Amino acid sequence: MGEPLIQIKGVTHAYQTAAGPLPVLRDLNLSVPEGEFCAVVGPSGCGKSTLTRLIAGLMKPDTGEVWLHGERVTSPRKTVGMAFQNPVLLEWRSILDNVILPLEIVAPGMSRRDRVARAEELLSLVGLVGFEDKRPSELSGGMRQRASLCRSIVHKPDVLIMDEPFGALDAFTREDLWQTMHDLRMNEPFTALLITHDLRESVFLADEVVVLSGRPATAQHVLKVGLPQDRTLDVLYEPRAVDMLHVLRDQIQIAQGRTPGKDAA
Amino acid sequence: MMVLRKIAVPVIAMIVFLAGWEALVWVNGWPNYKMASPSDLWPAFWKYRWLFLEYGWQTLWRTVAGLMLAVVFGVALGMVMGFSRTMRDALYPLLVGFNAIPKATVVPIIALMFVGHHDMNTILIAFMISFFPIAVSVSIGLSTLEPEYRDILRSLGASKLTIFRKIALPKTLPEFFGALKVSVTLAFIGTNLMEIVEPHGKGLGHLFDSGKISADYPLMFAVLIALAFLGIVLFYIVVALERIFAGWAEREHS
Repeated sequence: MGEPLIQIKGVTHAYQTAAGPLPVLRDLNLSVPEGEFCAVVGPSGCGKSTLTRLIAGLMKPDTGEVWLHGERVTSPRKTVGMAFQNPVLLEWRSILDNVILPLEIVAPGMSRRDRVARAEELLSLVGLVGFEDKRPSELSGGMRQRASLCRSIVHKPDVLIMDEPFGALDAFTREDLWQTMHDLRMNEPFTALLITHDLRESVFLADEVVVLSGRPATAQHVLKVGLPQDRTLDVLYEPRAVDMLHVLRDQIQIAQGRTPGKDAA
Repeated sequence: MMVLRKIAVPVIAMIVFLAGWEALVWVNGWPNYKMASPSDLWPAFWKYRWLFLEYGWQTLWRTVAGLMLAVVFGVALGMVMGFSRTMRDALYPLLVGFNAIPKATVVPIIALMFVGHHDMNTILIAFMISFFPIAVSVSIGLSTLEPEYRDILRSLGASKLTIFRKIALPKTLPEFFGALKVSVTLAFIGTNLMEIVEPHGKGLGHLFDSGKISADYPLMFAVLIALAFLGIVLFYIVVALERIFAGWAEREHS
């Protein structure tokens, strides 16, 4: 672990709305070392999605700096992968061709055969062998999200940015996908930033969980997960994981402006 | 079996329609100047078969030319309006106003503007009446593209042109073809409007007009049927193109 791969230094950002500026991020600092998995949790509407767009270079912060790999981010770069809550698969392409899409942009010289081989490799990791020629509409929500994850890492990005990728799935499918995510990470080294609302998800997947405060958001609490790399879902029922979930829950309540431990009716 | 069903069902429907029409005229004892019956039409078609071929061709190619102009202009306008909010705000009222003008009133103006250029006049009217749905659907298709779709490629540093080619264009195709089906029929209306309102001795509209002048009522009805036939042919050509280029948008029925 050398210098942090993702570095966010004193970022402040506001949206211009009809009712005047709406500050969403305030003096946010965050750093993720190379190879680490960072989960970001926080109350609804606290600017989490803004954060993903800033890191991807799709937007520039009003003040502050975003650094990736020791370079300041001012525009999009090819070394980033993105996944969203909506799998946004292209309906006119087969699953295989959807996964290949980023390679057409990032590696225009790569042969079709190499692209297909790379896509097949990932599809087999997520259990989609045999679905290469299907249209996205022929797949279930969970399968679409698996394909979307393959697409987001097919070009071997150093940074994978995910904005609630499992948010729209049912609880069982979601847990399956967590396991898939884990398997992917064992096979494909990448640094990840995951935006989520699900505290169990954050503890299971991440090495570090950052709790953002309410809007305008700043890093309120950082939790080092410290569970073994090779984990299964059982780990979530162990006392150390339960303790972490309690800490996160208290922090979320603080972020929401409530008193921790006292549930509002 | 499926193919047979696909052909048989519309053919049977057409026979039932013609039989009903024939019966209606026969039961009421209408003379052919009130309502010609299908059995009156065959002689009219046969008598003027060469004129039908010649004029039908004139109407057809001018309609297709007008439609192609409408596609080129409509798509370009739709793109400008789809990508730029300012242009959309600026052009929408103009476009709606232009579309609201009944094209029958534009016919004499165009005819005066380009006296003697009958082909061009006719193509212009067909174009003017049919580009609106294309422009609107393309602009809506492009402007309602979810930002995530753009972000998949934008986050990789893809150029605007690449994003348009790989995402925006294919995603808008179903809307485009939907509009094209409407525009095909409109273009026909445009061509015939010019041919009938400002007859210049060309096209099925002119044949209709001469039937009116010579009180040949079966001929007038025969022209209507010929127009309907051409309309059906063009419509299904568009449907075939849609299958090829935007067939993915069709969900398979089980």
